[in-house]
Amino acid sequence: MRYSFRNFDFVKASKGFFIFSIVLTLLGIASLSIFGLNYGIDFQSGSSVDITTSKHVDKTQAEDFFKGESLGEFTFTTGDDRFSVRFKDALDESQQLKLENDFKSKFDDKASFEINIVDVDIAKEQERNALYGMLIACIGIVIYVAIRFEWRFAVSSVIALAHDAFLVITMFSLFRLEVNLPFILAILTIIGYSINDTVVIFDRIRENLRFAKIKGPDDLKELVNTSVRQTLTRSINTVATVLFASLCLFAFGSISIKMFSLAMLFGLFFGAYSSIFIASPLWLMLRKRAKPKKAVKVQSAP
Amino acid sequence: MKRLLAFALVVVVAFGLIAWTSPGLLNNTKLGLDLKGGFEILYEAQPLTGSGPVDKQSLKKTAESLKERADAQGVAEPEVTTEGKNRIRVKIAGVANEAEVREMLKKPAELQFRSADGCTDPTDYCKVEMVGSDFTEGAAKVEYTSLNTPIVTIKVKDKSKLADVSKRLIGKPLAIYLNDELISDPVVQSELTEGSAQITGQGSIEEAQNLADVINLGALPLKLTEKYTQSVGATLGQKSLEETALAGAIASVVILLFMLIFYRLPGVVASVCLIIFVWILLVAFWLMHVTVTLPGIAAFILGIGIAVDTNIITAERIKDELRNGKSITSAFRSGNKNSFRTVIDAHITNIIAAAVLYFIGQGSVKGFAVVQLASIIINILTNLFLTRYLLHLIVKSGRFNKPSYYGVKESEIRAL
Repeated sequence: MRYSFRNFDFVKASKGFFIFSIVLTLLGIASLSIFGLNYGIDFQSGSSVDITTSKHVDKTQAEDFFKGESLGEFTFTTGDDRFSVRFKDALDESQQLKLENDFKSKFDDKASFEINIVDVDIAKEQERNALYGMLIACIGIVIYVAIRFEWRFAVSSVIALAHDAFLVITMFSLFRLEVNLPFILAILTIIGYSINDTVVIFDRIRENLRFAKIKGPDDLKELVNTSVRQTLTRSINTVATVLFASLCLFAFGSISIKMFSLAMLFGLFFGAYSSIFIASPLWLMLRKRAKPKKAVKVQSAP
Repeated sequence: MKRLLAFALVVVVAFGLIAWTSPGLLNNTKLGLDLKGGFEILYEAQPLTGSGPVDKQSLKKTAESLKERADAQGVAEPEVTTEGKNRIRVKIAGVANEAEVREMLKKPAELQFRSADGCTDPTDYCKVEMVGSDFTEGAAKVEYTSLNTPIVTIKVKDKSKLADVSKRLIGKPLAIYLNDELISDPVVQSELTEGSAQITGQGSIEEAQNLADVINLGALPLKLTEKYTQSVGATLGQKSLEETALAGAIASVVILLFMLIFYRLPGVVASVCLIIFVWILLVAFWLMHVTVTLPGIAAFILGIGIAVDTNIITAERIKDELRNGKSITSAFRSGNKNSFRTVIDAHITNIIAAAVLYFIGQGSVKGFAVVQLASIIINILTNLFLTRYLLHLIVKSGRFNKPSYYGVKESEIRAL
């Protein structure tokens, strides 16, 4: 199969997508400043208790039970055979044991527990750590791309990847999805994929530049369009396969990996979109400005 | 023909090896606590007396004795690592008696020497003379007297302190307590100036050895508080594993079918290499003693994504060159050359991201990064180099010269 888009003007279409992305970004800033993120246990101190039961347990009965345990404030969600309880306080070991034993004796002795208890300073530290990780990874990638290509590629690719990461965070803020450590893993992977996508297109642009006779801005624009078109089949096929893998994980995978795959789904989509409609046109804009000086000089092969 | 034979040989040998080793390999892959139940605790350590910084040596010692304690509970391969300046992370997978093990780990197991000096009741040992941190860690051992009865000897850090205490208590009992439990109360015979004391009265060698072990475990140089705990029930872990494995299997089958249908011959080669890639990755896990956890599986599946991408980039490039009217051989050559740079650039950016995660991340982030790094490197070996070699054998055999074998229709080819 081949996706030709022979006459489609990606650069022209990107103007509309620029606006779309800016609107989404503003929406994200608004959402983050108003609602913030729905932090899960990894970034907020407290205790999360997930219970999987082997038979049906009545919801209100269970809620009464947790109230009766008097372990402080808690929030409570329930699925078919699953309860998720979040206590505001960190439970100690004896409280945890008592809760487990009481639940087992009262409702279901085959119940299985997943309990996470996080102390407040560890929670803060984990978040900080993850943020530093992302920042340093971005800087490393920018330096590499700047050395291998040129600074315009580096700037455009980093704007694109910041855009991708931010939009995924926006999605999680808007839909109130829980943000845990796996989410951070997903964001980091998305950054990897996004840069991967962008590098593939930029590589084509660089290669085409070597043989191109650029007389005016229109030639440059056509060159970007051609490069995007040439790599389009690869972009679509790769994203389709990885998207499918993430979708499988989301649909069949275990609960703990669901949020990860969901973040990946958003991220893959934005990653492919941004390398075509954000990164490449951005590079073009930067390059056009430098045209008077650079127009005659043909990029040399590395 | 020779080349086709070589191709067939590589495939047959590789698949034979995979079929032969896979069952054992899968059984020997270490599963993390989120896949088979268990618990993980992050401790923060403080000096037993007062506050102040924790020195590296005692942190290490504490971690070691935690490991010994877990071992003593019959736990298979406990993972105990130190983190930063004052943290210890303990991961224990697949335990049946979780509560007991946790109890044993967490107990400071404070060793004390007490005397009845100044107490109202002479059998009530109320005065603490020496505490766990006064003793050399791990120095308690079983020795024999000239009569061949076992005794336990222990060493103290400060000779003069023991000398003082024993001088004062000659003829009186010095009681040994562990967690407020009286272990034994031998009578001090003479002043102990050598910095070592002997505990007599053990009936058998086993009894003596037990006491020595308890004392060694008891001399934890640091106090531990739990900062983070994760505990997963065994059935829940098992369920996670089954669900994730199912998702992975479905995704893999569809990806392989996709490659075969879209890319024909290069797709066949890609599928072969993808399977070999997964197998080598499993071997690497086994060799590196990597514990497979859910974040690891996530990284693994992403690794497969990148591996597929590598193949797609190469196959697309060859298709492009064919469409431009090149012959199979020259399309293969220039397609490989051009895609190589792209793939390497993309991989290096990913290696940068993964390496940062590895050095900065903790816990599950680190686990993710290890698998990501391993899969990128193995991917370069298999899906970049092995694919090229196998495809080279096929192309050079001269038997597959129709562009349609490479997924290109005759009508798409531009005349030169």
